[in-house]
Amino acid sequence: MPLGHYLVLSGLLFAIGATGVFVRRNIITLLLSVEIMLNAVNLAFVAFGRQFGTVDGQIITFFVMTVAAAEAAVGLALVIGLFRHRESLNPEAFTSLKW
Amino acid sequence: MLALIPLLPFVGFLVNLTMGKRLPKSVSGGLACAVMVASFLIAATQVWALFGMAPENRQITQTLFTWITSGDFSLDLAFRLDALSSVMILVITGIGSLIHIYSTAYMHEETDPEYARYFSYLNLFVFFMLMLVLGSNVLVMFVGWEGVGLCSYLLIGYYYQKKSASDAANKAFIVNRVGDYAFILGSLLMVVTLGSLDFVTIAQAAKALPPEVTFGTLSLITLLLFIGATGKSAQIPLYVWLPDAMEGPTPVSALIHAATMVTAGVYMIGRLAPVFELAPITLGIVAVVGAATALFAGTIGLVQNDIKRVLAYSTVSQLGYMFLAMGVGAFGAGIFHLYTHAFFKALLFLGSGAVIHALHGEQDIRNMGGLKKHVPITYWTFLIGSIAIAGVPPLAGFFSKDEILFETFRHGHQILWVVGVLTSLLTATYMFRLVFLTFHGEERFHGVVAAATAHGGHGAHGASPSAHDDAHGTRTGHPAPGTALSTPAHSHAAHGHVHLHDAPPAMATALIVLAIGSVVAGWIGIPHALGGHNSLGTWLEPAFAYTNCGAPVTTGELAGFAIQNCEPGQEPALASLTQVATQAPESAAQAEPLAEAAHAAEAGDETALELTLMGVSTLIAFLGIGLAAYLWLRNRHIPAQLAAQFPGVHGLLLNKYYVDEIYDAAIVQPIKTASTEGLWRGVDVKLVDGAVNATGYVVGALAAGLRLFQTGSVKSYAAGTFVGVVAILAYYLWR
Repeated sequence: MPLGHYLVLSGLLFAIGATGVFVRRNIITLLLSVEIMLNAVNLAFVAFGRQFGTVDGQIITFFVMTVAAAEAAVGLALVIGLFRHRESLNPEAFTSLKW
Repeated sequence: MLALIPLLPFVGFLVNLTMGKRLPKSVSGGLACAVMVASFLIAATQVWALFGMAPENRQITQTLFTWITSGDFSLDLAFRLDALSSVMILVITGIGSLIHIYSTAYMHEETDPEYARYFSYLNLFVFFMLMLVLGSNVLVMFVGWEGVGLCSYLLIGYYYQKKSASDAANKAFIVNRVGDYAFILGSLLMVVTLGSLDFVTIAQAAKALPPEVTFGTLSLITLLLFIGATGKSAQIPLYVWLPDAMEGPTPVSALIHAATMVTAGVYMIGRLAPVFELAPITLGIVAVVGAATALFAGTIGLVQNDIKRVLAYSTVSQLGYMFLAMGVGAFGAGIFHLYTHAFFKALLFLGSGAVIHALHGEQDIRNMGGLKKHVPITYWTFLIGSIAIAGVPPLAGFFSKDEILFETFRHGHQILWVVGVLTSLLTATYMFRLVFLTFHGEERFHGVVAAATAHGGHGAHGASPSAHDDAHGTRTGHPAPGTALSTPAHSHAAHGHVHLHDAPPAMATALIVLAIGSVVAGWIGIPHALGGHNSLGTWLEPAFAYTNCGAPVTTGELAGFAIQNCEPGQEPALASLTQVATQAPESAAQAEPLAEAAHAAEAGDETALELTLMGVSTLIAFLGIGLAAYLWLRNRHIPAQLAAQFPGVHGLLLNKYYVDEIYDAAIVQPIKTASTEGLWRGVDVKLVDGAVNATGYVVGALAAGLRLFQTGSVKSYAAGTFVGVVAILAYYLWR
């Protein structure tokens, strides 16, 4: 399977994730969308690693997965904290930190 | 040893500065006097050592360290004692000591810290003044020059709570800045042209200059230096500060504003005589300014009513004489008058201080009169001072003033001589007007004295000597120094309500010593025409020449010619200047005797001429005294009538020719307006403040726009980040 296919899939996943971040109005969905974007990147790394015959791509991927797990934990904790304040999961409800 | 002379007063200053607040008056005042007397004794031994040397190399030099080295230019902090500075240090430390002693009594009512402050300033002044006269180069002199200016400021403003005193101090300081600025310019030009600031080197370098350089540059240098001298020595046009300087305590007026500091300009010209000799144009200006100042100040002194102000204008006038002497090339005569003037003017000021002391701070002579019986010591000493300044032989003032007038005439400046003689008449008149109005006639002081005592003695003059219980206590214990002086001040108890106290012992001592000085000081300069040897002139001669340009002049004429004899090329220049002076129109009345006298001079019979001129000036002195006696002793109504008859002239004189007002309108107000409207409201408010405010406004406006980007919405931030990343990627992909 040529590299192009992997990259197209990766790009599509990234686009879907990015669109999700911009259009969805639920913080949890936002976090999920970010996870999709991260995994799109993971896919690209792995594909490149296979293409060039090195393990670097896979190693990076492990790191990304670790960070993603931590990010999810922190993110969800924040979401719970925010929800307790505003009784809402809409990110537009949390705009008091501005001019 | 030499350095000790100025250093001792400096030590006194340091002690009184640091510990004065905790010292009792006897200690702080005693210390100040002790260092002065010690300094005087050292000075005397040094001068004695100088006396023992051969006249050609009569100098003592002490180099403390090299101060400045820059390329070829090198300057030492060094002191040099020669004939000229020897006269000065004796005057400064000698009369200075007496005035210190006088001050211990005069300032007795001050609190301990104020008393110590006064003496610390006074000692500091003496230190700087000695630096000024002992410095071996222009820069050391300038340090002293500025230092005495500072001390003058501090002491004029001694009663700093009094607005008029602090104003006067500011005025003195600012007017002196004008002169000092010119002094600096002159010194810098001297460094550039002559390559040195050491007096001896300057003298030699100036002589070696080619004439075309001499004419322009040296004239400019000397002119700038002379402007400096007009500031320090209160000559037209910068004399205005001196009369106001009388706001200071009276001993300060005696020491700084009569005997020493104001003569610094005269001394400076004497010190740089070899340079001034080469600039005949400047010398001409010096002579004319001196004569004009002498006459001008004399006329003002004639109508002033404040005892100290009369003396102040008299000082300005006498300084004019000294500059006249310097300007006609009679440097020895100028220094001679400086020296005698120090005695009798210090005496007169201290005498006026004693009068003010006795009258609880009253200074207006219209409120005096008849004091003769009440303050005999003061009266007699003041009278001696007045006779000395009026120029009655054989007192000090006669010899020095006569020498100046003779030299002026001899050098062919007849017009200036006439001005000098007129001034001499004025001097005798206004001094005896002062004597008669203060000490003779009816007693007009009862009101003011009663008022002053009723108010606990604290008059308008913050420190008017008032604790008369003190003065009384000390007086009863001391033996009167002479039969004429032993009249008890209380013999006038008949008046009941006034008690005037004559000078307490410390003040009386100073007065009597100075009175003796005023009588005998002139005897060291008795001219050859009267069978003397003019010792002072001979003593000073080498100091004005610096270089050994042949045998000292022994023909017996007066000092100041050594240089001319060395420099025959200078004579034509002076002669041409003389011609200009003589070509001016003269009144017919004066022309005849003058021409006669001039003829006598040409015949070479200078002794006869000198004797004639002496006779004229003696006559003039008696005429002045007689005039004063006629107007203010016998016919008191005439001056008032005259004043009423010529209100214009009287007003003009009373208001000092409106010079203060003219300066105010011509200089002070324009500067104020330019500063307020131009610099403050224009440059500062509009330009400087405008730039600062504009910067603030622009930043604020920019921030107001930028802050709109901070929405607080996570999604917009994410979008921003995303767009940014895409933009950066796009840039790197397609660049």
